[in-house]
Amino acid sequence: MSKNLEQTIEKICADYGHDRTRMMDIVRAVQEKFGGVSSEAMDMIAGQTRTHRVEVEGVVSFYAFLSQEPKGNVVIRLCNDVVDQMKGVQEVAKALSAELGIGFGETSADGWFTLEWAPCIGLCDQAPAAMVNDVMVTCLSADKASEMVRALKANPNPGQLTAGYGLGDGNNAHPLVQSMVQNNVKKTGEVLLCDVPAEAGLTKALRKSPEEVIAEVEASRLRGRGGAGFSTGLKWKFTRGSKGPDKYLLCNADEGEPGTFKERVLLTERADLLFEGMTIGGYAIGAATGILYLRGEYNYLRPFLEDVLRKRRDAGLLGNDILGKAGFHFDIRIQMGAGAYICGEESSLISSCEGLRGDPKNRPPFPPQKGYLRKPTSVNNVETLCCVSRILDKGAAWFAAIGSGKSTGTKLLSISGDCKIPGVYEYPFGVKIRDLLKDVGAENTQALLIGGPSGQFIGAESFDKTICFDDLATGGAVVIFNKDRNMIHIAHQYMEFFVEESCGYCTPCRTGNVLIEKCLRKILDGQGEPEDIAYLQQLGNTVKKGSRCGLGQTSPNPALTTIKNFRAAYEAVLKPVTDGMQPTFDLKAAVSDAEALAGRHSVIH
Amino acid sequence: MSETITFTIDGIEVKGHAGQTIMQAADGNGIYIPRLCFLEGCEPFASCRVCTVIVNGRPQAACTQPIAEGIVVENDCPEVLQIRKDIVEMMFVEGNHFCPFCDKSGNCELQAVAYRLGILAPKYPYLFPVCELDASHPYIFIDSNRCILCGRCVQASRDLDGKHVFDFVGRGPHKKIRVNAAARLADTDLDITDKACEVCPVGAIIKKGVGYAVPVGQRLYDQQAIGADIEAKTK
Repeated sequence: MSKNLEQTIEKICADYGHDRTRMMDIVRAVQEKFGGVSSEAMDMIAGQTRTHRVEVEGVVSFYAFLSQEPKGNVVIRLCNDVVDQMKGVQEVAKALSAELGIGFGETSADGWFTLEWAPCIGLCDQAPAAMVNDVMVTCLSADKASEMVRALKANPNPGQLTAGYGLGDGNNAHPLVQSMVQNNVKKTGEVLLCDVPAEAGLTKALRKSPEEVIAEVEASRLRGRGGAGFSTGLKWKFTRGSKGPDKYLLCNADEGEPGTFKERVLLTERADLLFEGMTIGGYAIGAATGILYLRGEYNYLRPFLEDVLRKRRDAGLLGNDILGKAGFHFDIRIQMGAGAYICGEESSLISSCEGLRGDPKNRPPFPPQKGYLRKPTSVNNVETLCCVSRILDKGAAWFAAIGSGKSTGTKLLSISGDCKIPGVYEYPFGVKIRDLLKDVGAENTQALLIGGPSGQFIGAESFDKTICFDDLATGGAVVIFNKDRNMIHIAHQYMEFFVEESCGYCTPCRTGNVLIEKCLRKILDGQGEPEDIAYLQQLGNTVKKGSRCGLGQTSPNPALTTIKNFRAAYEAVLKPVTDGMQPTFDLKAAVSDAEALAGRHSVIH
Repeated sequence: MSETITFTIDGIEVKGHAGQTIMQAADGNGIYIPRLCFLEGCEPFASCRVCTVIVNGRPQAACTQPIAEGIVVENDCPEVLQIRKDIVEMMFVEGNHFCPFCDKSGNCELQAVAYRLGILAPKYPYLFPVCELDASHPYIFIDSNRCILCGRCVQASRDLDGKHVFDFVGRGPHKKIRVNAAARLADTDLDITDKACEVCPVGAIIKKGVGYAVPVGQRLYDQQAIGADIEAKTK
């Protein structure tokens, strides 16, 4: 066993040139082969890559899909996102647990099955959903879950599940995808989800100088689609202008914001448009290497995406002298993530690509100055890069004429929750919430979560607002809640998400989110006091202002924006303390251990 | 000498050199900005966030933010003091800190900063984490109960000692310091003379056998408030 382990690890490390910056690939490969990265394996990897064991352990312990303890041959990760909870995931969980005879976080005694929870896996439009190893299983019910486990017990190859439930639409049925996932494209716009001509943008871009390409993107006023909304043209200008021969173009395909799944559709249906945009970006900033950072949950798309890249190389769209343009060399590799929301933050994404823990980096320097491997780097979102290909084809003026005011173009929205027609919608910027609700068949709506939990909860008084950078900005997640939903309960679930997904680097995010979550828990338990509102607001302010990166700077939003816009829900359950006791202090529970030791009951007056 | 930059801290005009951080420039002008993770001689780590200041209306870590001509820095104002207090109180509740019997009491930077910020007891509920102890090493004792995850030992061992005895594992509230061995500090190459043994701001890395050589009451911060040395530099 140990000999086999040693030989396999030697081979894996050799495949990656014993390069410590490829640590993510190395530990992922070891995990896949042995079900875990054992203490012994970490020592061997450290030796092979001339790094320290504790650094390998730091990486393995950071990512949710990696573990020291070996996992079962079949790992079932059931998504516990808020939307899945709304769609009855608890019943599915009970069925899985009963059928497997294990609880969540456990591995069956025979080593075959592991059952785990996973945060949003990008399938809110077909929730409840789970990952069975790399296979996505959608629209689960208790019965379907039990049936699935029985099928897996008879044949532990998760691939068979897809055959049983039928393939999804479009490229989900592609021989290299073979997934039951549905695209659920419900509205196509004129930029991304319409028919797009192949390589028209790249062909035109290569007739221009890199500076002219950047000028075109600047003129289109394209802003990053990931959520921060920074000008793409400006980012490229900074990156191109930074000194040094080696530059990098990184594409952020780590969509992890709960409720977001539009990138899943772009990666499935617009892979060529994306790689075209990356190639244009590489040309514009002067990069020879592009990296697509793909979230671990989307590993099922990887063989397909690798194939697209292979075909592009064969067609002269990647590699040397692209499309005959002498001296323009560019290629793309895919970097897999391993289950960490924080890696959607651009500097954490860079850390992860460098084979490190997904910690954000100090700024300044910003990535365009010093990014991947401390070289000038532009990190752009999938949707942004797809827009670039279209802008270079149709022109900046065409793009800038779509949308509203400072927000040009269209925006893909992933819409889910309490509505009849969840899915991906492409709207021009400026769409009114009220119109959107009508399109998706939402009735009796109490609240919308715009931009995912890092965004904001809005109520009926905001239904005449519009989706755009100046009004309601969003990376693309829209979750709808009807009037039967308990907003405090929902805010609490999202805070639990942030507690788990904080990297823990800085104090306010590591601990402040825990404290916010605890206070919401206390309120839900009926022990809330009127003072808790001010307590949460001050705590939230400190976390937002003290935190080191965008995660902590937005994570208190579920609490803060429900307090702001759904204050009545809080006031209805907060009760002033009249007996001078701390409501959270349970005297009986506090003395129970002592009672057990003493063998008699206390008399409490 | 590099270019001189003029800006204000709490309305007072100060001067610094291009390339300095706000913290460096403030130190040079005898203005103390509280800090816990910053370690002289290493790159700013920026994990504790106690040095948060407001720069032109935006919160920034003074240890990493470069100075620029004309910036307006707020260091001693109610909002900044509240943020710092909250952060320091978070450190007290996320660990198990027992000042009365801690070897480090009086020399502890966390304790000293808390006193300086006027903290008597944290307003947050204690989280009472279960933490590991490691007494395996003949000269050094690790008590994770008192660790604030500042990263100084990680940096010192790596950047000053040229080793890699410590690093972080886990994430979020499960993040902790781990040693470069399967389990025990004794199995690492840590020496008592390493810088990493000197830099812990709290009582998480303790030298054995010297605990009360200096009695409580006569220790560093018993004599003067933390930051008084910086303030003594006032020109």
